[in-house]
Amino acid sequence: MRTIALRDALREALHEEMDRDDSVFVIGEDVIAHGGPYTVTQGIVDKWPDRIFETPIAEAGIVGLGVGAALAGMRPVVEIMYVDFITCAMDEVVNQAAKMRYMTGGQASVPIVIRLPCGPARLVAAQHSQIMESWFMHVPGLQVVAPSTPYDAKGLMKTAIRSPDPVAFFEYKALYVSEGEVPEDDYVIPFGKADIKRDGEDVTVVAIGGMVPRALEAGIALEDEGYDIEVVDPRTLAPLDMETICESVRRTGRAVVCEMDSSFAGTGAEIAAALAEQCFHDLRAPIVRVGSPHVPMPFAEELVNVTVPDSAAVCGAVRKVMA
Amino acid sequence: MTLNADLSRRIYTDMWRIRLFEEEALRQTSLGTVKGTLHTYCGEEAIAVAICAHLRDDDYVLGTHRSHGHCLAKGAPMDRMMAELFGRATGSCRAKGGSMHIADFSRNILGANGIVAGGIGPGTGTALASRIRKSDQVSVVFFGDGAAARGPFHEGLLFGSLWKLPVIYVCENNGYQQWVPRKNVAVVDSVADMAASYAIPGVSVDGQDLEAVYEAAGEAVDRARRGEGPTLIEARTYRFYGHSLGDMEEYRSREEVDDWRENRDPIKLFSAWMKERQWLGDDEDEAIRAGAAAEVAKSVAYAEESPLPDPEDVLTDVLDTEWRVSA
Ligand SMILES: Cc1ncc(C[n+]2csc(CCOP(=O)(O)OP(=O)(O)O)c2C)c(N)n1
Ligand SMILES: [Mg+2]
Repeated sequence: MRTIALRDALREALHEEMDRDDSVFVIGEDVIAHGGPYTVTQGIVDKWPDRIFETPIAEAGIVGLGVGAALAGMRPVVEIMYVDFITCAMDEVVNQAAKMRYMTGGQASVPIVIRLPCGPARLVAAQHSQIMESWFMHVPGLQVVAPSTPYDAKGLMKTAIRSPDPVAFFEYKALYVSEGEVPEDDYVIPFGKADIKRDGEDVTVVAIGGMVPRALEAGIALEDEGYDIEVVDPRTLAPLDMETICESVRRTGRAVVCEMDSSFAGTGAEIAAALAEQCFHDLRAPIVRVGSPHVPMPFAEELVNVTVPDSAAVCGAVRKVMA
Repeated sequence: MTLNADLSRRIYTDMWRIRLFEEEALRQTSLGTVKGTLHTYCGEEAIAVAICAHLRDDDYVLGTHRSHGHCLAKGAPMDRMMAELFGRATGSCRAKGGSMHIADFSRNILGANGIVAGGIGPGTGTALASRIRKSDQVSVVFFGDGAAARGPFHEGLLFGSLWKLPVIYVCENNGYQQWVPRKNVAVVDSVADMAASYAIPGVSVDGQDLEAVYEAAGEAVDRARRGEGPTLIEARTYRFYGHSLGDMEEYRSREEVDDWRENRDPIKLFSAWMKERQWLGDDEDEAIRAGAAAEVAKSVAYAEESPLPDPEDVLTDVLDTEWRVSA
């Protein structure tokens, strides 16, 4: 099978869905120039000049218009240049997009995809490095997606665009150029289906987004120590496939939950709590969470290195649950 | 305060300090000593220096992602700024902020800002504080033309005007918003025209013409200090380098950039303007430049000799951990 980068997989998904459905359109800052900073929207203007909108710097407007267009039957794919700027449009996400179906007793459908490039990359500090998945998980009515491979990114993006409800689609900036196998033919990946990225017997390592490659690296490093870890990638955080995660933990009896974001009140906290409720008697050791300390992202590399968890942090957590 | 020979030389020196500081910072990024991204102010220097020339130490300044010039013009020490870009413990923000967040509260430089229009609300709020405390401090908020699209611009100007707050809104209109020409995404050409909606004076000046900016700023600062409310100043300008590091600049022509650099460089223009008045000789001109270059070199040496941050420091400064309520 051919190998492509994650950003190319996303671009393909957009092109294919725009080809398939006239109601799909793209809106965001700098999305025509260069196809955005990440080149994901490249080429669209050439094929569908009327279905791509390069906007003023006005996130509340961008998402607000997206919500309205979605209510009127369109399928907007919104690019927010950095997830950090979605805070400028939180009313549109939380009070408008997410609750509309419920508040209207099921009348409304808001099929909007909000693309959220996230995570540390290139030392851009506190206002350009956040992840924030758990903020969105906490809002009923939102679906939260965080792919870790080109294959998942493409399949999940296609599902997101076809979904009748709003999707917060997290793209780890550091993974855009990471490569993986992606088939040429059409496929979708259902939401709420975790994927086992590595089989193992000793410990279940649940890894989210950018932590998946780090957990896989840890898996190789730990072989030498005789530990065989299983890496489970939830792929979507809302809905969250606890069934697959629990099934794995029942087999291994040990769980490590890894996220790149602050672990305080985070994604891993939800997964660990659900594991404690559902698998308590299968656990042979307390669950260990891996995440960043509860601080904004610093600037200097030396500070970032002790903030963002790496594969060594995953290894440390595995040793702890194995001890 | 009128522009006399002395003041002009000081202002001129500051322009060179900014220009050479940034060109050195750019060079350092290619060496890998300065990491992260940089948004340079080169080409726009006249604005910050002409505005800040009217400010007292206790006046407030709030900036943008492109704020090295604002900080230097308001008196931030260059060596600590360079150390911040180098990610050293002695940096203005102790290596926690970097280029986009440089601040120096001892000089009421409340910071660069990574969020477009992020300073406009807070800069109106410092003006509110001046009003409440009955002080005559003014606040200056710098922002780009792109910021005029965002809600905080409109809400900030509304509050500023409604309560006649001592704030000067300075829009640096360089014609581009990252990689997009302003004309593609704006409906009014002049940001100054937007002042009308908030019933405040809006003035548009040539941002390469230091004297023009200086005069507009003088009026606006006086008006604010007198308690008569805000002014929106639009300074038409141009950035000489890309938006940030790695910009391929496909959205503008080489000729356009060369034309501005050749014919509209605020440093060249002001040098000629001073020379016309016999306020600057060629030797002095060279000495000013050399002095600025020496200060930049010193700032690099300071940064290089400074220690890296202690990894343990990552946990400090989130909250004031010394604070306690007494029950
Ligand atoms: C709220 C927000 N949206 C988007 C960005 C990304 N961004 C950074 S600078 C910039 C362009 C700003 O243009 P302008 O305000 O004209 O300032 P200039 O860079 O031209 O000085 C953009 C889109 C951001 N930092 N904050
Ligand atoms: Mg601009």
